[in-house]
Amino acid sequence: MIVERNITCIVCPIGCKILVRIDGTQLEIVEGNKCKRGIEYAKNEAFDPRRMLTTSVLVNGGEWPLVSVKSSKPVPKEKLFPILKEIKRTAVNAPVKSGQTIIKNVANTDISIVATKTVKNNKI
Amino acid sequence: MVEPEGIKVIDHSADVVVIGGGPAGLAAAISAKESGAEHVVLLDRNSWLGGILPQCIHDGFGVEETGTSMTGPEYAEKYIEMAEKQDIDIMKETMVLQFDKRREITAVNKNGLHKIKASAIVLAMGCREKTRWNVMIPGDRPSGIYTAGVAQAFINLYNIMPGKNVIILGSGDVGLIMARRLKFEGANVLGVVEILPYASGLPRNVVQCLEDYDIPLFLNHTVTCINGKERVEQVIIAQVDKKMNVISGTEKKIECDTFLLSLGLIPENELANNVGIEIDSITGGPTVNQYFETTLSGVFACGNCLQVYDTVDVLATDAKNAGKSAAKNLTIQKKDKKIITKVAPGRGVRYVVPQIISEPGKVHLTLRAEKPRESSVLHVIADDKELLKKRLLWANPANMIGVDIDIPLEVMTTTQNLEVMLGDC
Ligand SMILES: Cc1cc2nc3c(=O)[nH]c(=O)nc-3n(C[C@H](O)[C@H](O)[C@H](O)COP(=O)(O)OP(=O)(O)OC[C@H]3O[C@@H](n4cnc5c(N)ncnc54)[C@H](O)[C@@H]3O)c2cc1C
Ligand code: SF4
Repeated sequence: MIVERNITCIVCPIGCKILVRIDGTQLEIVEGNKCKRGIEYAKNEAFDPRRMLTTSVLVNGGEWPLVSVKSSKPVPKEKLFPILKEIKRTAVNAPVKSGQTIIKNVANTDISIVATKTVKNNKI
Repeated sequence: MVEPEGIKVIDHSADVVVIGGGPAGLAAAISAKESGAEHVVLLDRNSWLGGILPQCIHDGFGVEETGTSMTGPEYAEKYIEMAEKQDIDIMKETMVLQFDKRREITAVNKNGLHKIKASAIVLAMGCREKTRWNVMIPGDRPSGIYTAGVAQAFINLYNIMPGKNVIILGSGDVGLIMARRLKFEGANVLGVVEILPYASGLPRNVVQCLEDYDIPLFLNHTVTCINGKERVEQVIIAQVDKKMNVISGTEKKIECDTFLLSLGLIPENELANNVGIEIDSITGGPTVNQYFETTLSGVFACGNCLQVYDTVDVLATDAKNAGKSAAKNLTIQKKDKKIITKVAPGRGVRYVVPQIISEPGKVHLTLRAEKPRESSVLHVIADDKELLKKRLLWANPANMIGVDIDIPLEVMTTTQNLEVMLGDC
């Protein structure tokens, strides 16, 4: 069965609407991408959609109660909420350095959760 | 200003004083230092540097500038590190109260009242969010009503959840990003309400913040009433017609406990306004020339207090140029000839920055389209002469357009007005 689908490319701020024709595991770009990066994106989006995940983790004894974090690479969409659940159960001790790994192999993926902010010890 | 008794007054002087330590202020201060200013002072009222960025924990920053997508805190730390390496005098928790025409700044902090004489000032105060009172939404005044940015600071900096069942008014990027953020933290996001027929945020945020989580987007809708005694209990939404008038009979009640407003940003310019600097009524920021100098000699403006930028990359590039100009103090007043050409938005264009050209040569114009359009043509016209004609593949009010143009001396001597227009192909 051949299905036609519109995919909005999220690689750059333009956000092209790309019309694709999908036949099983084959994908054909019909029209709409203003550059090559859109082709790659549409293929991934059709067969293995992934997103960067950004959220925050609790910090003990820090100048801030939270440290912002990101996934080391885009995570499969269906894994977003299982990963968030594991992140919610986690807390780290200050100090935290930006770039520091907070969780390895989160939710049994080969993806890590990494700090995106430096949080020093609470001064008091 | 009269100094209250018993307060210590501390006098300083500096080559360049930057007001605001967000990405714009940081970039301007670093660049002023690199361009030869000896004593650069950076003032911010917060206890941290980076301005709004530490609360913008999502990624998408710095893509155009560095090719990699960073989160807000990562982008900010990059600039903070650079500023700390340079010998810049950073004063945090310091609020600027005013400055005068001779560029003497009055600021206050724990140590007392500071009077700073500056050879040049760079304004980088950022912007603030529009509130319920900017759009006059009738109804009760219960708790549970926040601007999206305040809710973002609550969740991302202070670990406080603003509520459980949320309605968001306005589909700007901040509102869209908050819809996803609230969803991640376990809230029910009941919908984003937008008065325009299209989302005002970037398409990619509509996809990855709303569509991914099946959050409804009510286009051509507005909120007509907020109800609730102590806490928000419901909002009424209704459809609007082409002229944005509410269509009666389309009202719908939505039960919720939290109402977020993402209505856009207003450049923060009380300081500039008070000293008589001309403010562009459309951008909300100071009128500037191509060196980012305002109508007050020696005072420059950059960042979101000049115009609301969509990406921090372009903002930082412009801020660096403003810092450089401040260091070199390129003032038109110093030149003998005072020729000025004004740049005005024409058909299809909402605004253009800079608004003034004070010297011939290469000028970078930034502008915004009035409405989304497919391929179109950009024209820059001096009287009846066309100075530039450029094809654009697309034009969207959410994406700022940048264009370089060469302004010859003879155009400046014969024309007082340039017009920038967008037309169909
Ligand atoms: C929710 C949100 C999401 C965003 N997402 C993106 C994105 O994905 N990608 C992207 O590129 N950009 C994004 N942006 C835009 C980017 O964050 C802003 O353009 C940028 O932070 C603005 O920088 P600024 O330095 O002009 O202002 P700000 O960061 O607001 O800094 C202004 C500083 O001035 C200080 N100040 C103001 N008045 C005074 C005074 N009187 N005395 C002393 N200090 C003062 C303030 O305390 C503040 O620290 C986003 C913005 C928001 C709000
Ligand atoms: S196809 Fe290219 S131009 Fe279009 S949104 Fe994707 S990256 Fe941007």
